[in-house]
Amino acid sequence: MPKRTDIDKILLIGSGPIIIGQGCEFDYSGTQACKALREEGYRVVLVNSNPATIMTDPEMADRTYIEPITPEVVERIIARERPDVLLPTLGGQTGLNTAVALAESGVLARYRVEMIGAKIEAIRKAEDRELFKRAMESIGMDLPRGAFARSLDEALAVVGSIGYPAIIRPSFTLGGTGGSIAYNIDEFREFVAWGLASSPISEILIEESVLGWKEFELEVMRDVKDNVVIVCSIENMDPMGVHTGDSITVAPAQTLTDREYQAMRDAAIAIIREIGVETGGCNIQFAVDPKTGRMVVIEVNPRVSRSSALASKATGFPIAKIAAKLAIGYTLDEIKNDITRVTPASFEPVLDYVVVKIPRWNFEKFPGVDERLGLQMKSVGEAMAIGGTFKEALQKGIRSLEIGRFGFGADGRDPVDLAALRPEERDAFRDDVTSRLRTSRWDNIFYLRYALLLGLSVEEIRDLTAIDPWFLENLKEIVEMEEEIRLHAASGGEPTRDLLLRAKRMGFADVQLAHLFGKEEPEIRAARKRLGIVPSMKTVDTCAAEFAAFTPYHYSTYDGKETEVEPSERRKILILGGGPNRIGQGIEFDYCCVHAVQALREQGFETILQNSNPETVSTDYDTSDRLYFEPLTLEEILNVIDAERPEGVVVQFGGQTPLKLALALEAAGAPIIGTSPDSIDIAEDRGRFAAIAEKVGMTPPPNGAALTVEDARVIAARVGFPLLVRPSYVLGGRAMRIVYDEMALEEYMRHAADASPGHPVLIDRFLEDAYEVDIDAVADRERCVIGGIMQHIEEAGIHSGDSACVLPTYLIRPEHLDIIRRQTKAVAMELGVVGLMNAQFAIKDGVVYILEVNPRASRTVPFVSKATGTPLAKIAARLMVGQTLAEIGFTEEPKPRHISVKEAVLPFSRFAGVDGFLGPEMKSTGEVMGISPTFGIAFAKSQLAAGEGLPMAGTAFISVNERDQKNVVPIARDLAALKFDLCATRGTALALDAAGLRVKTIPKLTEGRPNVLDLIVNGEIDLIITTPLGKTSRADDAAIRRAAIMRKIPFITTLSAAAAVVLGVKALSDSGMQVRSLQEYHAAAATRGAGAPTHGA
Amino acid sequence: MEHAKALLALEDGTLFEGEGFGAAGEVGGEVVFNTSMTGYQEILTDPSYSGQLVAMTYTEIGNYGVNAADAEADKPHVRGFIAREFSRRASSHRAEMSLAEYMERHAIVGIHRIDTRALTRLLREKGSQRGVIASGPGLDATRDRDRLVAAARAVPDLSAIDTVLGVTTPRRYEWRGEPEGAGGGASGAPGHARGAAGPTIAALDYGVKRNILRSLAATGARVVVLPAKTTAEEVLDLDPDGVFLSNGPGDPRMATYAIETIRGLMEKRPIFGICLGHQLTALASGAETFKLKFGHHGANHPVLNQATGKIEITTQNHNYAVEPESARRAGYAITHWNLYDGTVEGMRHRELPLFSVQYHPEAAPGPHDSHYLWGQFLSHLGVRDR
Repeated sequence: MPKRTDIDKILLIGSGPIIIGQGCEFDYSGTQACKALREEGYRVVLVNSNPATIMTDPEMADRTYIEPITPEVVERIIARERPDVLLPTLGGQTGLNTAVALAESGVLARYRVEMIGAKIEAIRKAEDRELFKRAMESIGMDLPRGAFARSLDEALAVVGSIGYPAIIRPSFTLGGTGGSIAYNIDEFREFVAWGLASSPISEILIEESVLGWKEFELEVMRDVKDNVVIVCSIENMDPMGVHTGDSITVAPAQTLTDREYQAMRDAAIAIIREIGVETGGCNIQFAVDPKTGRMVVIEVNPRVSRSSALASKATGFPIAKIAAKLAIGYTLDEIKNDITRVTPASFEPVLDYVVVKIPRWNFEKFPGVDERLGLQMKSVGEAMAIGGTFKEALQKGIRSLEIGRFGFGADGRDPVDLAALRPEERDAFRDDVTSRLRTSRWDNIFYLRYALLLGLSVEEIRDLTAIDPWFLENLKEIVEMEEEIRLHAASGGEPTRDLLLRAKRMGFADVQLAHLFGKEEPEIRAARKRLGIVPSMKTVDTCAAEFAAFTPYHYSTYDGKETEVEPSERRKILILGGGPNRIGQGIEFDYCCVHAVQALREQGFETILQNSNPETVSTDYDTSDRLYFEPLTLEEILNVIDAERPEGVVVQFGGQTPLKLALALEAAGAPIIGTSPDSIDIAEDRGRFAAIAEKVGMTPPPNGAALTVEDARVIAARVGFPLLVRPSYVLGGRAMRIVYDEMALEEYMRHAADASPGHPVLIDRFLEDAYEVDIDAVADRERCVIGGIMQHIEEAGIHSGDSACVLPTYLIRPEHLDIIRRQTKAVAMELGVVGLMNAQFAIKDGVVYILEVNPRASRTVPFVSKATGTPLAKIAARLMVGQTLAEIGFTEEPKPRHISVKEAVLPFSRFAGVDGFLGPEMKSTGEVMGISPTFGIAFAKSQLAAGEGLPMAGTAFISVNERDQKNVVPIARDLAALKFDLCATRGTALALDAAGLRVKTIPKLTEGRPNVLDLIVNGEIDLIITTPLGKTSRADDAAIRRAAIMRKIPFITTLSAAAAVVLGVKALSDSGMQVRSLQEYHAAAATRGAGAPTHGA
Repeated sequence: MEHAKALLALEDGTLFEGEGFGAAGEVGGEVVFNTSMTGYQEILTDPSYSGQLVAMTYTEIGNYGVNAADAEADKPHVRGFIAREFSRRASSHRAEMSLAEYMERHAIVGIHRIDTRALTRLLREKGSQRGVIASGPGLDATRDRDRLVAAARAVPDLSAIDTVLGVTTPRRYEWRGEPEGAGGGASGAPGHARGAAGPTIAALDYGVKRNILRSLAATGARVVVLPAKTTAEEVLDLDPDGVFLSNGPGDPRMATYAIETIRGLMEKRPIFGICLGHQLTALASGAETFKLKFGHHGANHPVLNQATGKIEITTQNHNYAVEPESARRAGYAITHWNLYDGTVEGMRHRELPLFSVQYHPEAAPGPHDSHYLWGQFLSHLGVRDR
């Protein structure tokens, strides 16, 4: 069937900020959809609040609304744009839920917007667990036994009939939020309450446990003619009971006979038909009892998902792109497979390799969090690896995580050296390993190795872990290889060709081999090359080489016979990606890499991209000219360089991952382009940077470096408390703390000395109550042009990634801005920056302090680019291949007339019981943007987009420190004028009362009850403003923060933020919220003759 | 035997060095690749692979072991088996033995830890190759290369011999379900009770897969399996309601006796043919067949059903195909097309109750999208006045 001609304008809803369970895979799918739909000549209207996405680049859609994704806002966009259809299945759960809300409230009917891809009935059938259960039963599918409950009493009745352990699943939530396993009645009561609270319709499903069963997923596609294909099968190595997002997963399925697989395929086809997903992709999860083969249906997602992104990368079949084309009427046989060019998309991809996905967690950032894995997803990112065998792919996957490990142990980083244990210690450790493995934890993979080394049999380990013996047997083969090499090396054996080849085939890294042979990594590399052991570069082609492939999507494997890539004669640049998402290094860096690729392609270079993150746009096979899906290790980057011989290697866009390798790469002869690795090192090295700072007249906060507690005391006496302390050589704010007194300092010093002896602790004066400013700039060696200056709205001391910020600045004096500009330009020249640079300043008591200079892409580059319409990363990439700012025509700092606010999105609600304390260590997973001609509305939009709408009325709780008590009065007065009831702690209440405001006094936590916490818990507070200073009050607030987070009550910690909130509320109640597209903002800026190139230049 | 050396030599002189798996020894045959990711046991026991060396393009093979129920014949027919990595452990509640044990027991010589993708690309570019797998102690790539390549070149060309006679049943029998110890019904087919009242189907066995017999029986029919050389008269003596022509190995033109038989039945009984049976039907009607460059061997080929406009994902295993123009001239309408290369996948006679498909509706291994064909055949059986 040809495409539909009765429609012209298509509305796409994105997934909003990156949160746990909804990552940048939806940027990948949304970007594909935008491209596919525009290719077909449709006009695309996009709404997404996340500025760090490629899909919100103004050239990706005809109209791009960076606006909050709420039904009200989307309704305004619909009213303004009048789209013909809405495609709801590409924006994750957020997009789907918003579409459902619009359908149910009658908005879609009112504006005559048709929903395509999946109709509302199909979405309901898949999402509402009761309808789903009925639908599955009607086609004879087996499900876990269970029933629904809307109250504790109902829940108790259900569990009475199914027994323990019982699974509790809330309806309509994402990433397993609120899902739990209860082993006894006490846990059951607690989890039922949480589940009911998590479900937007207060409904939970209580199910028979299928813990320990094998878990499988099928990715299914259907077209309007009812053709159905299975794109990919995925088997979870972790059994049922661990969320699939937290499981190590393998594609294709490994342990199903054809009969079993076909029965699953038949079931999947029957399910997609019964659910009624008309066109597009669908993810279906099954559990299989390993003892009997009984297969039950677990879940259906009637949309593209994290798994479908993984399946696309695993197979080369672009699910989102095809889904978009199917939605507008094409059938599968009418769409060509890009990779083979001759075959249609109506086929089932076959793999001739194994794909392993491993989640990436960030538990270290959330002390006290429950690290056990369960039904609720906790990982923040994932790495994917492709290998010839499971063994090879698994080891590549582990080193792709960038957690300092290079494979399945044996890399010199194992926390326990078994050989060093005495027999009784060994026995004790064996007991420890055995008990650990009974519970799923993120690092169990390394304990599986210990278990095998300690002689536990595959069957014993299966009994402990419920991991299928096939996986365990493969792990055992790796361990046997490790022991064989160890034995060989112990008897003085040198690396032989046979041994190295067999080890490399099992995925051993040179680092592991170096450790086992007691050599250095370069020696192993040299020995290996001498013996002719180099990887073959193979192609992902959807068809196992049955047809010629044209899309250059590659991976390395050690099977020795044939490499499929030939370096071309063109000028080539290798761009190194950022690896798996983690807090502090997320989608923003992928955005920069993609922009670098786009800019260099436009300039006629052949771009080669290397990355290991399956969620990203950068690893879409048509983003770059050549894609290497490989770990970002020195070894694997050098392999790609050997295969491709690029004239330049770009390290400054992928975040810390490639930066940390810059010096080693350069030493190995890699042609790094842009700012030199030495300059990058200067900026990271405090001592070396101090000299430069002084030369350009920068003022660092008073500081020192201490090796001992005594040193620290002396420095503290000199610079004064409070202090910002951190270990050297730790990045991203890890282990950074603010200490308020000597006792805390001593404690920190002792801990740091234990953790990394011999490394100094860096001590800075903490500039309490300062204004902080972030600046992004680009430079060639002749000049530096500022891209944008942002002012943090949060108090100083909060990591810049966690702070709301506004561009342009709104409370900084012009003379201070001039100092900042001058110093930024001077330091860029001094460091010889070629490309991007970010700097952070603080202003306190009229003094401008320099906090940090980073000659590389920063997290704010996409935000600044969207706010100003200037593609900074693209400009930087062109500078790195030798063009100048003058040639590009970017010589003036852009001065947008509208206000852009960026707000961070935090994962605390995912982690029950964690303190929502913000500090120098970054904790946010994502960000949103609000744009408006006025600050108040822009700020209000950012809050709404971040999921915390501003209260328009209610009760405001105010508790500020003494110094703020005077300044909080106008804020309180405005709130009162906006019809807020005020309540406050005693000191603040006195000040407000004295100013003639009506205020109710509330006890602090230590002052009796009912106190503020009780009021929060009882839902009597709608807005919290506190500005505590000093250690005791900070500790005091933890409980309030926790309570506020769990109940989603806006929580403001600075007066400037409080003032912003008031402005926002006022603006909203005065004029309401207007929506406007990015293209309109940029066009308005351009007509004023800003002289800057717009996006896409 | 853990790291026993094994070599694969091709007639073009290429040598792959790997490790042995299964039985040791030396075997020759035509080398073909199969892209199915599941179902290696069905492939090993498919009589259509008689005399061939099969390379699996998926890299992890043997993971779930071997069980009697998934066999497509009473013994394996593949002569040599090639994979990137054979599993040393069988992990499945259905497994009765490991693949290694099975291959040893049935003298299937295996080689693994070679670049099977390079092998596949070679077969794709150069077309089918004859080859030899040698596995065992004392092999040396340098020393044995020339000898093995010569042996590969000496492997008889499959199109010059009649391989059907090596795999057909020696005597007539009625299909009464699985033989001893091999339980389980048709993969994916609904289980119907075989009633005495059901029609009788005469199934000519050119190397029939069990799942075909299971699937025919599952429609309620009585299935009588006949040797390949059964004559038309002998078939008609049984007074069947319909005739089924099975899959099988080799060049269809070699099976002249089968072509003769089919010619004698065409106007007398409804006929349904699969794979080799489809090619033989074409030849019996005067249409032509030709050899494909490297054949179709997999479980993911899209086939367009001309009548419904829908796509079926199909199992394929053939090296020869029917030439469409000659089929049209012989009175056929082409009903199914392969969307990969545009070859004929199914045809129906414009006047006679006669239809056939090139692919495998019985799957095993593969998708069940084409199961409707069994019912379609059954509905044809009413065409004849009883």
